[in-house]
Amino acid sequence: MTYIGILITYVFISNLILSQFLGLCPFIGVSKDLESATGMGFAVTFVMTIASLVTWMVYHWVLIPLHVEYLQTVTFILTIASLVQLVEMIVQKYSPALYKALGIYLPLITTNCGVLGIALININEGYNLMEGFMAGLSAGLGFMLALILMSSIRVQMRTERVPRAFKGIPIAFISGGLMALAFMAFDKALLTNLIG
Amino acid sequence: MKELTKGIYRENPIFVLVLGLCPSLAVTTQVVNGIGMGVGTMFVLICSNIMISLLKNVIPNEIHIPAYIVVIASFVTILDLLMQAYVPALSASLGVFVQLIVVNCIILGRAEAYASSHGVWDSIKDAIGMGIGFTLSLVLIALIRESLGAGTITLFPIESLGFSGEISIPGLVDAPARVMTLSAGALLVMGYLKAAINRVNERKGR
Repeated sequence: MTYIGILITYVFISNLILSQFLGLCPFIGVSKDLESATGMGFAVTFVMTIASLVTWMVYHWVLIPLHVEYLQTVTFILTIASLVQLVEMIVQKYSPALYKALGIYLPLITTNCGVLGIALININEGYNLMEGFMAGLSAGLGFMLALILMSSIRVQMRTERVPRAFKGIPIAFISGGLMALAFMAFDKALLTNLIG
Repeated sequence: MKELTKGIYRENPIFVLVLGLCPSLAVTTQVVNGIGMGVGTMFVLICSNIMISLLKNVIPNEIHIPAYIVVIASFVTILDLLMQAYVPALSASLGVFVQLIVVNCIILGRAEAYASSHGVWDSIKDAIGMGIGFTLSLVLIALIRESLGAGTITLFPIESLGFSGEISIPGLVDAPARVMTLSAGALLVMGYLKAAINRVNERKGR
């Protein structure tokens, strides 16, 4: 698949949150206002992109030569956890401003299914290193798009009259569902029409 | 006894704690997948709770999260390999979500909140309770989504009884609302169920 194809696929067609259900916890938890949604979105995109590269290298250059592919889950989650820690330390040292903006979201990312999910998808789809990088970046962008849209909806929702039982999480799910319905307009046919 | 039953309703992992959402919405297109995922998660939860409550005095506090993750990831790998060997069809339809049990917040959450400060026996009971609560919630979501979205209820096939494993619901099977099996339907069902539970709790509280 071309790089543009991968970009469109993971941002719109198989959007991580809206069609694959990866990373739902922050989608509901961190979407209360636009600022934290943007922060979380950037942090996730950043980690996803690096994690896609590193896990690809670990799998193809370490696990396969050693014939221990069954250790995939353990090594990937450890790689991601240490990567998150490393990113946190580097950002804290060199860019205190960025650390202030992303800091609190970074530890949460380790247990975000999206990061491990896209790392596993890269391997299952048989992407090469650059395709994996592109998939990680696009999945992160798709995640950020959904999160920002969701937070805008929730900010609007604050001034609306919502039945008491639906306040908070239930209405967030229902708005998410309606958004997913809208995203169904993006399907494989769109991709073939756009890039042939 | 309280440890066993609290996970089923009062501290239900999905509807009350709102944890572990990714698998609960992704795999519940068929009832059988919901059961498989629930039982798989319960297996990992029980094993990791036992292990962590045994090791709680050995693991240094500074690195307890990475240590827990390694314990959980090892049991997930065991489960993944067991499922590939003994129930290949179920393993194929759950796909990447078997491996994603590692990052299911419920498991790390229970390790951190319960098993790291309680004895082995209590931790087992806690894991069983939470596991049953999780499985029942998955089955409930899957029942609604599959019966409305496909008009069928898919269970395990039992050859000796000539049961194919699929029950068709007359009336629905010919004209199902397909959107329920898609991602949008899952989010809608989840929203309405959570609202229903809020309503019930509100009534009780009054």
